[in-house]
Amino acid sequence: MRTIRYFLGRFCGAVATLLAIVTISFFLMRLAPGGPFDEEQNLPADARANVEARYGLDQPLWIQYGRYLGALAHGDFGPSFRYRDVSVTELIGQGLPVSATLGALALGLALLFGVTLGTMAALRQHSAADYATMTLAIAGIAIPSFVLLPFLGLVFGIYRHWLPVAGWEGGSPAHLVLPVFVLCLPPLGTIARLTRASMLEVLRSPFVRTAFAKGLPLGTVVMRHAMRPALVPVAGFLVPAVATVMTGSLVVESIAGLPGIGRYLVQGALNRDYTLVLGMVIVYSTFLIGMGLLVDLGYAWLDPRIRYLR
Amino acid sequence: MSGIWRDTARRLQSNRLAMAAVGVMLGIAAISIAGPLVTMHRFDSLDWSSIAVPPGLRHGHWLGTDRLGRDLYVRTLEGTRISLLIGVFAALMSLAVGVAYGAIAGFAGGSTDRWMMRVVEILSGLPLIFFVILLTVLFGRGVFLLLTSIGAIGWLTMARIVRGQTLSLRRREFIEAAVAGGASPGRIIFKHVIPNVAGPVIVYAMLTVPQMILFESFLSFLGLGIQEPHASLGTLIADGAGEMEAAPWMLLAPGVLLAVLLLSLNLFGDCLRDALDPEEH
Repeated sequence: MRTIRYFLGRFCGAVATLLAIVTISFFLMRLAPGGPFDEEQNLPADARANVEARYGLDQPLWIQYGRYLGALAHGDFGPSFRYRDVSVTELIGQGLPVSATLGALALGLALLFGVTLGTMAALRQHSAADYATMTLAIAGIAIPSFVLLPFLGLVFGIYRHWLPVAGWEGGSPAHLVLPVFVLCLPPLGTIARLTRASMLEVLRSPFVRTAFAKGLPLGTVVMRHAMRPALVPVAGFLVPAVATVMTGSLVVESIAGLPGIGRYLVQGALNRDYTLVLGMVIVYSTFLIGMGLLVDLGYAWLDPRIRYLR
Repeated sequence: MSGIWRDTARRLQSNRLAMAAVGVMLGIAAISIAGPLVTMHRFDSLDWSSIAVPPGLRHGHWLGTDRLGRDLYVRTLEGTRISLLIGVFAALMSLAVGVAYGAIAGFAGGSTDRWMMRVVEILSGLPLIFFVILLTVLFGRGVFLLLTSIGAIGWLTMARIVRGQTLSLRRREFIEAAVAGGASPGRIIFKHVIPNVAGPVIVYAMLTVPQMILFESFLSFLGLGIQEPHASLGTLIADGAGEMEAAPWMLLAPGVLLAVLLLSLNLFGDCLRDALDPEEH
């Protein structure tokens, strides 16, 4: 009961946060100089007024805000100011599957390999394999995706014609290899380091000693007893990891020429395409905040000592 | 206190990896300052007789030139210097804000602490990077806005670290003695709390520098950071990535330099943490 109440509260908090983000972004953009139709050459004043009236820009700001929220409540992100006759919902609908595939693959691989490598390093602490893994982990964190991706493209795409340098082609595996690899490295490195550190700590705790004393083999002790509590810090990293993958995706999509949603944020803001930018902010925030909720749910499963109070 | 620092310095000196990282860092910083002096080219001078030439000694452009005939040796070093400066300043900014905020929250305790930390919690759940991108696009791209917005992201973790340390310090006898002696909260925070949280703060500040450099390069790569004719490593890499097939040298020099710089900064921060706190690792 208490748990359900806790999560209802968390959910309401998340919705309120989202609303606050939308509000701040809405008014922030209107504070900025320039408007969506500034680049139209020699637009007569009355024609411009007509265009602006069509998009409701002639109304007072708070009416525009109210209308936007009203449409949003029905799942309508509004028309794009820049891409004529296309709604923001359609633009995001086209790009999101690409970006989401990329991000989900990268995050999944980062978790899988990060946890595996981190655990293996912890089990062989101070061995050559441990040092090699941790050095690679730091390299993965330190080397920026916008250096690594062009470099790998040069080596594997241009000097050796093994992989395509750019393009999507409906998400064919060959086109996915380089972008996903580059995108998953930074979170992979952090996850490996976090797993190693917390696994070392858990392996020293009394209940693990008891499990060994019962005569359980190493694999069983690690998988059945040590793994879950060791993953608590990793779960805490998942929200920043989503943010890392999202920002990385902006760069990776632009270098590899992938038709994701990454380009809309910067382009939309440059063009003062108000609705498009708001839509992007909502999509990104929803993913981040939703991940935060999921992680909170996961904590209790990972570590039974965690209770939802308050 | 000084004993801890001496031990730390000794442990660092005996760590070959740490010393190598320091050497590389100092080396890069030194070349970025002294390097441009030994060539007659300037970062924005155009050489129309050698457009997009590959690296070589004969034509005097050691790392080649770009499409406008600008010397890449000078531009890469100038870019490195700008990236380093921005990284250090942004890290200092997040250090100042984070330490002040965390120390006040931790020392005040009670509901003040709860509210201040709630703010940090909410902010760190937000897509701050996207806000920064929005801000830089919407309100022009000055260096000041760049620095503030980068620094605004880094202080959250610092505030958390300092607050946690301060909370545990607050109950210690020497702080209670200072309170009993009638010292003002400001004096206690500056004279007693902050010097005692220096260890973790320095480590985290050290690790913030590469994060800030990376973030600035990221913004510059998107065209939102340093503007032409000036360059940071990010803008040079963006240019290079666009000419990858025809002129790979434009990508290689700044790319390798940025990767090596970030790697050595991260490695050094790590070694520093191990040296300060040898029990844990």
